[in-house]
Amino acid sequence: MGVALTRSAQWTAAGHGTGTLEITPLNEAILNEIIMFVESFIYKHPQEAKYAFVEPLEWTTELDASAFQSGYVVSDSTVKSEEVDKNGQPLLFLSVPQIKIRSFGQLSRFLYIAKGTKLKEAQACIEANRDPVVKILGSDFGTMEDDSAALNILDKITKDDDPEREIKMKLAILLKQLDLHLLNQSLKHLSLEIHLNPVTVKRHIELLKRFSGKGEETVLESIEYTSDYEFSNGCRAPPWRQIYGEICYVLVKPHDVETLCITCSAEGVFLNGGKADDEREINYERKGEIYKDLVTFLKEISAKFSENMSKQEINFDEEQQKEKEQFDAAPKKEEAATNHKARLGSDKTTYQKNHINLAKTQMTKRLEPSLNWKTSVDIKDRKSLVKDSQEEKHGTRLDKTRTSISPGRAQLLRKSIEKPEEIISESSSESEEDEEPVDHRQEANADLPSEYWQIQKLVKYLKGGNQTATVIALCSMRDFNLAQETCQLAIRDVGGLEVLINLLDTDEVKCKIGSLKILKEISHNPQIRRSIVDLGGLPIMVNILDSPHKSLKCLAAETIANVAKFRRARRAVRQHGGITKLVALLDCAKNSIEPAQSSLYETRDVEVARCGALALWSCSKSYANKEAIRKAGGFPLLARLLKTSHEDMLIPVVGTLQECASEENYRASIKSERIIENLVKNLNSENEQLQEHCAMAIYQCAEDEETRDLVRLHGGLKPLASLLNNTDNKERLAAVTGAIWKCSISKENVTKFREYKAIETLVGLLTDQPEEVLVNVVGALGECCQEYENRVLVRRCGGIQPLVNLLVGINQALLVNVTKAVGACAAEPESMAIIDRLDGVRLLWSLLKNPHPDVKASAAWALCPCIENAKDAGEMVRSFVGGLELVVNLLKSDNKEVLASVCAAITNIAKDQENLAVITDHGVVPLLSKLANTNNDKLRRHLAEAISRCCMWGRNRVAFGEHKAVAPLVRYLKSNDTNVHRATAQALYQLSEDADNCITMHENGAVKLLLDMVGSPDQDLQEAAAGCISNIRRLALATEKARYT
Amino acid sequence: MNRKKLQKLTDTLSKSCKHFNKFEVNCLIKLFYNLVGEVAERQGVVAGLDRNAFRNILHMTFGMTDDMIMDRVFRGFDKDNDGCVNVSEWVHGLSLFLRGSLEEKMKYCFEVFDLNGDGFISKEEMFHMLKNSLLKQPSEEDPDEGIKDLVEITLKKMDCDHDGKLSFADYEQAVREETLLLEAFGPCLPDPKTAEQALCPAPLLLLREAKSHRAGVIRICVCPQ
Repeated sequence: MGVALTRSAQWTAAGHGTGTLEITPLNEAILNEIIMFVESFIYKHPQEAKYAFVEPLEWTTELDASAFQSGYVVSDSTVKSEEVDKNGQPLLFLSVPQIKIRSFGQLSRFLYIAKGTKLKEAQACIEANRDPVVKILGSDFGTMEDDSAALNILDKITKDDDPEREIKMKLAILLKQLDLHLLNQSLKHLSLEIHLNPVTVKRHIELLKRFSGKGEETVLESIEYTSDYEFSNGCRAPPWRQIYGEICYVLVKPHDVETLCITCSAEGVFLNGGKADDEREINYERKGEIYKDLVTFLKEISAKFSENMSKQEINFDEEQQKEKEQFDAAPKKEEAATNHKARLGSDKTTYQKNHINLAKTQMTKRLEPSLNWKTSVDIKDRKSLVKDSQEEKHGTRLDKTRTSISPGRAQLLRKSIEKPEEIISESSSESEEDEEPVDHRQEANADLPSEYWQIQKLVKYLKGGNQTATVIALCSMRDFNLAQETCQLAIRDVGGLEVLINLLDTDEVKCKIGSLKILKEISHNPQIRRSIVDLGGLPIMVNILDSPHKSLKCLAAETIANVAKFRRARRAVRQHGGITKLVALLDCAKNSIEPAQSSLYETRDVEVARCGALALWSCSKSYANKEAIRKAGGFPLLARLLKTSHEDMLIPVVGTLQECASEENYRASIKSERIIENLVKNLNSENEQLQEHCAMAIYQCAEDEETRDLVRLHGGLKPLASLLNNTDNKERLAAVTGAIWKCSISKENVTKFREYKAIETLVGLLTDQPEEVLVNVVGALGECCQEYENRVLVRRCGGIQPLVNLLVGINQALLVNVTKAVGACAAEPESMAIIDRLDGVRLLWSLLKNPHPDVKASAAWALCPCIENAKDAGEMVRSFVGGLELVVNLLKSDNKEVLASVCAAITNIAKDQENLAVITDHGVVPLLSKLANTNNDKLRRHLAEAISRCCMWGRNRVAFGEHKAVAPLVRYLKSNDTNVHRATAQALYQLSEDADNCITMHENGAVKLLLDMVGSPDQDLQEAAAGCISNIRRLALATEKARYT
Repeated sequence: MNRKKLQKLTDTLSKSCKHFNKFEVNCLIKLFYNLVGEVAERQGVVAGLDRNAFRNILHMTFGMTDDMIMDRVFRGFDKDNDGCVNVSEWVHGLSLFLRGSLEEKMKYCFEVFDLNGDGFISKEEMFHMLKNSLLKQPSEEDPDEGIKDLVEITLKKMDCDHDGKLSFADYEQAVREETLLLEAFGPCLPDPKTAEQALCPAPLLLLREAKSHRAGVIRICVCPQ
């Protein structure tokens, strides 16, 4: 591994000794490979693992003596391994914090003990032992420069014929293999990066030149080199700058931005300090981010450029393609040459950028099909709208708006899945139906299965037979595999559905039972469901619910449960009064006295109730049906059924409750009917489906604080936490994590969860889970991290990296939660350092560009603690090119939450004078002033804070006055929120430094209001109010004095 | 009939018949004599409903239409094969008819369907019973083709031991799997709806019975326990 370590690994400080390994993806990959090698060593090469190193590997470990257990002699601060070398020296010796290890076996074991801190330990070890091979094998094994050296050693060994030498040689070969492997790995990493060379840069510039000039259509106004002299190597930068890898400098004038002075270097393209007119030298200092090439850079800087560029893109690409062919041979050599040099800093950023780009392309890719899908839905919708009654249209629209109104709840898995599914199920299965019969018939003509003909014959007897023949035909039909699609479609295609539905309309109980038994089976098929509804089967089935025969009721309800899987069917059930009748079925279980003689075709009452619940479950997926169930008095009945202990019964009952719990009205009743207690009880059931639905119901209900407390009081948190450990059933996991998320909104619950070690488990679930689970897990972590202990816990379990990784996702709900969680973690400086190192702040910042306002707002909120706790926050913020402008422009949003969050972010940004100057230049003052006339207390508070911060620069105080921000601010003092008062008083205090503002305040009656505030128990408020009054008063005194002198 | 005699008869019959209580038995006995008429008693002969009277009751009250099945039902009631249903046979028969358990009903139905009483329902018997069950289509060449096919279907469904005829064991197994097949070859039990109607409150029962009797419809009413 010697070569790989000296050449590929990226050391921060040049020179040997105390250099440290940077945390770069490449280094991490190398370390991970080494760890894997060492860990598996003890199993793969047990013989060699015992070999004692020539010199021990020695470094400072973070591991405690207490971590070592069997196999070690542990005393207070020293640990010795029981395993010793032939001289009796222990192979592992720890004297906290120094550790010495002398065999691969011990190294393996040590890494096993280190567990989570493996990477750190490996890093420390490598850092402290820059040439481990020498220490392991002795100096003559050093870095084997070439094969001849290796051969020499081989010779020596064969002569020596010493068993230890043999092992040593084997080890040497193994290490050499690892070294090669590592080099290969790092090569893979390196090949991902693109490096600029003079040829490509020149090509880019010439191309751009061709497309620039005056006029609207061009991409740039002008692009010029700063120097006309080109050195023989193709560079135009002066030689003393070339050693930094710089190639040339260009002056670019885009249409919409000032002239930019840009450095093109091997690392990439960045903005430099610019060139003053009277000076000859350029200020070479880097002022912005490094981009991978000129085009990307300009696209980022100038909107006009990227717009025109996209128009020219095709031309441009073609040109570039042609050029590429020409230049193809040349750049390769250069690339190879520049490969190893000067790339320390750019590494990280390019890597992350690739990441972002990747995510972006993914996003566009994924968006495309969904757009198509939308149009297809529209057509379908129009089709069905014809049949739609006015009322239902209203209902569904409500459905839709509801999801969009409540972002928090829109994330609810079931809801977000169910509601679109409602639409999907309608549209998709409809399209299915449109398409599939064609396929089917084609197939039919070709080769019909024998079942088809048999079913056709049976249907003939159904049509032309009396009751006896019909019953025989029905019974015989049931012998076919009705779960099979061919049979289901065969029944429909030979006109069997019509007959079956017709039979339901007769007086013959036996025929009805037989027919329903078949319908129940085949209605699992979406196409059949559709046909049943089209043939008007639902109203008849709803009527059967009134039948005195329980088995008939049961079958009808079960069939309805199957059919009502799509919206139109659910509507039909409701419109024919089915909901009331189904609710009445639930009541059946009440008369526990079963008739002594059940007549022939009867079933138990419990069964009837179960089937009713099953049908209600299906129906309850429509909003209007939930309402109907409530009105029909279904809720108390469901609550009563929940107290039974039959699993078959509980699943549909809990399912229905869970669906209904998305409604406000229900949640109130859920509290009053002791439902939570029973839900919690059933969480402990054995049945996974039941657990899932219970968790789901808790998830829905726990929006409400009282409910969350109830869950805790009934001991529901423990089963939830323990269910986390079973990750095989993803649906259940999603429900459970959802319930945990909602429950953890209450502080006491979080404490309990910590007690049950749920937080560690949640962190473990951050990877390799479907999005539904991730949304909930991250949501839960976001809530938990509001507390200090948990933040530490999450960091210790290594939760920050996966969280930051999730920032590049595209799922809106997930992004909202992730940003919240990252923001919560950032409240702690140590975690913040990790986030910063992982470039999390940049990712958060780029989320401000996300099209969804929720994501924007959430990202802006998360940025606040980041800026607050980052080291060098001001510098960090400035390093995001265009970042400040982006933030300021978000003040033009019309979403209150976005505005409030952005104001809060601005408050934090403005703590840095330089940044404050920049945002002032971007026009933050007029934008903030424009927002002043708001009634939203949250926005008021953050706006006032932002204003008070922004007053600290230049003539901003005056500017706020000019933009008429003062008078509305005075009115904030009449709000009921103390937070608003405090922020406002502070803003007014700042503004009152300007005389004109004082006058405005006085005119608007600020003095009286402020006088009241002086009496507030809040000290900050008191102080600010008093300060403001004193400023006003001082002005009055000064004018008086001026008048009399 | 005098009261004492009636009381005695009621007692004996309600002992042997488990599905009805004393009151119901009493009502049924009264009903029986009502139907048979006073004549029989006076002559001192064993009173009974003959085939025609019984078929009339089956038709009017239980809505049965198939002549052959009704004949078989009469045979089923007439345990002693003397050509008429006496009071004891009447009460016992109705007890099964209205409230029989599945086992009792299976036994009874199998007897009804086993036309020749050999313990098996043969293909021929099935054909015989099903021959009117399909609408004759004029277009059809062989009108019996459908029936034969239906018999095959039935056999396939019910003949569990594949010997080409239904034994009671076959029949029992098929019915236990699918209760609908209890009356596979024709309705020989009151349909559940009628049976349901028959269970109406006691005070009304005689009154209604008397009225409907006069109107030509006999309604057999038994009150629920």
